Amino acid sequence: MRKNIIEVEGLVKKYGSGETELVVLKGLDLVVREGEFVIITGRSGSGKSTLLYQMGLLDYPNEGKIHISGENVIKMDPDDRTLFRLNRLGYVFQDYALIPDLTAVENIALPLMMQGKSHATAVIKATEVLERVGLGDKVYNLPSQLSGGQQQRVSIGRAIGHAPEILFADEPTANLDSETAHEVLENFMKLHKEGQTIVMVTHEREYLKIADRVILLEDGVVKSSGKHSSQKSDD
Amino acid sequence: MIKTFHQIRRLLTSIRVGVFLAVRQIRRGNIWANALIVAIMTLTFLNLIVVSGILVGLIEGAVQAINRHYLGDIFISTLKEKYYIEKTPGLVSYIRSLPGVEDYTVRYIEGGIIEKDYKTSRKSTEKSDEISTLMSGIDPEREAQVSGLRDKVIKGSYLEENDFDQVIIGALLLKDYLPIDSPNFPVFENVSIGSKLRITINGNVREVTVKGITYTKVDEVDRRVFFPEKQFRGIIGRYDYNADEIVLRLSPETDAVSVRDTILAAGFGEFAKIQTREDAEPKFIKDMKETFNLLGTIIGSIGLIVASITIFIIIFINAIMRRKFIGILKGVGIHSRAIEFAYVLQSLFYAFLGSLFGVLIVFGFLEPYFQENPINFPFSDGILVATPEGAAWRVAVLFIFTFVAGYIPAKIVVRQNTLDAILGR
Repeated sequence: MRKNIIEVEGLVKKYGSGETELVVLKGLDLVVREGEFVIITGRSGSGKSTLLYQMGLLDYPNEGKIHISGENVIKMDPDDRTLFRLNRLGYVFQDYALIPDLTAVENIALPLMMQGKSHATAVIKATEVLERVGLGDKVYNLPSQLSGGQQQRVSIGRAIGHAPEILFADEPTANLDSETAHEVLENFMKLHKEGQTIVMVTHEREYLKIADRVILLEDGVVKSSGKHSSQKSDD
Repeated sequence: MIKTFHQIRRLLTSIRVGVFLAVRQIRRGNIWANALIVAIMTLTFLNLIVVSGILVGLIEGAVQAINRHYLGDIFISTLKEKYYIEKTPGLVSYIRSLPGVEDYTVRYIEGGIIEKDYKTSRKSTEKSDEISTLMSGIDPEREAQVSGLRDKVIKGSYLEENDFDQVIIGALLLKDYLPIDSPNFPVFENVSIGSKLRITINGNVREVTVKGITYTKVDEVDRRVFFPEKQFRGIIGRYDYNADEIVLRLSPETDAVSVRDTILAAGFGEFAKIQTREDAEPKFIKDMKETFNLLGTIIGSIGLIVASITIFIIIFINAIMRRKFIGILKGVGIHSRAIEFAYVLQSLFYAFLGSLFGVLIVFGFLEPYFQENPINFPFSDGILVATPEGAAWRVAVLFIFTFVAGYIPAKIVVRQNTLDAILGR
């Protein structure tokens, strides 16, 4: 039995206050196991991205607990959260979120340098990562010189360059055409095969089959959780 | 101990990453935006140096003129209780023997009356057109060497050693150059080159011709009438060569204070008042220097505040425009200190380039230009006072203010919620 890498308990996230208060997550419970490929899906406004941000330590919930590898990450101060994200988490954003002044290799090398690696070591490692995601010939291209799919692959490279425990991906194919989207998904599948824990948010049904488990959110709580085929009826 | 070591290591890493980010942001940023920021910083630096420099330069120009055309490096004058400098020949030969004395000039001075239109018949109730002023007998060549009087003849020509009954008149005795009507500053109208004037000194009357008009912007010079000393000593009956003023020009490396003290130590203080130019500078000039320095400092300080606000706005706009990327950097684990350092470093880089261009413009162009082409103010030839020490001080202050003005906006933006920054909300 694989151990739990993420444990979420009674998670509540609200936006606004008073009459304008909107409760997005309503006491949500969730577990992700090590090496698992989990896809979180649901309708727009169901809270799937909000959940990802809380688990990825990009935002603070109002109530509840989140444990990652047994550590209570809610109680961490901002600096420790930043350090935790740097060393143990990886992110792939919907709009790639690359730094425009940095080349492909520099975008990947930057977090490695922040980890304390020398510039040369970080660049060598980042170049290897770029080769892994099929961009060995685009090392010195700026984001503006890359296509959407290539930028997303650089984003994946940045997310996995430091070998994170968990890779979070927020709608990574939303801005891509279907062919490029498939190429990007292949990268995720390859990483999963290598043992990477992946938590991905998507609303595109055709990708659900690649996950070990699909979690369906509805109105801020988990409506179902299981293999894609087992919860088809819920959709 | 281990915690401290980790903190230091993390700080060094943040600095390294900050440098990495700053260099790339500058190198790959929009060249025109960078050029504009540097241009603003250069103008800010020039504002700090030039505005106060011109203000101080107004007085400095006046001080330089007094030193150049009147006081020299050492100014020897008559004691209050004496009519002239006794034992002048002995003093002059002693001065000539002193090392470091490059040149000297001896002036004979006597009060007198100059009168124009003295041939016009007047009624007994009418006043004659006359001015009481100081007359000065000079060795034209020596005076030209020491005080540059020859170069300040703006009309007509300079005196020759053997000129007779010919004078140079100071411009501030003529209405053309001092267009005011005050009993304290009487002036002649319609006196120019070739005009005849009647001069009365100690009861001796001479009719002289105006050979030249001199304008140094030093009142003590520009309200005098100059004769060649040969004739002047005859007019005032000073056959013993005892003079009223002696001006020394020293070599640049010679210390005026030690020369003064040497002359005093030789006992000449008994016969003359011996001063360095700083000692002899009129008190109002010293007061004005202090006042204008204060004004310069106040204006400079305002310039500095304006500069800080400018830098703050530039960095803040830069940081706000890059808010999303700051959020992403934080999101992928870049420490906020590294991001703040990158922005501070960028602002320091702009300050460095701005100061560098500013220094080059000030010392490579403006300062020499204003030395050659002073601004023509009524009471002085205004120059730009900019010393390397003053510039270094301003650069240092600008850097400190830039550091603060760069740090605060970066801190404000970096402190914002990471997710809000990434999502642009």
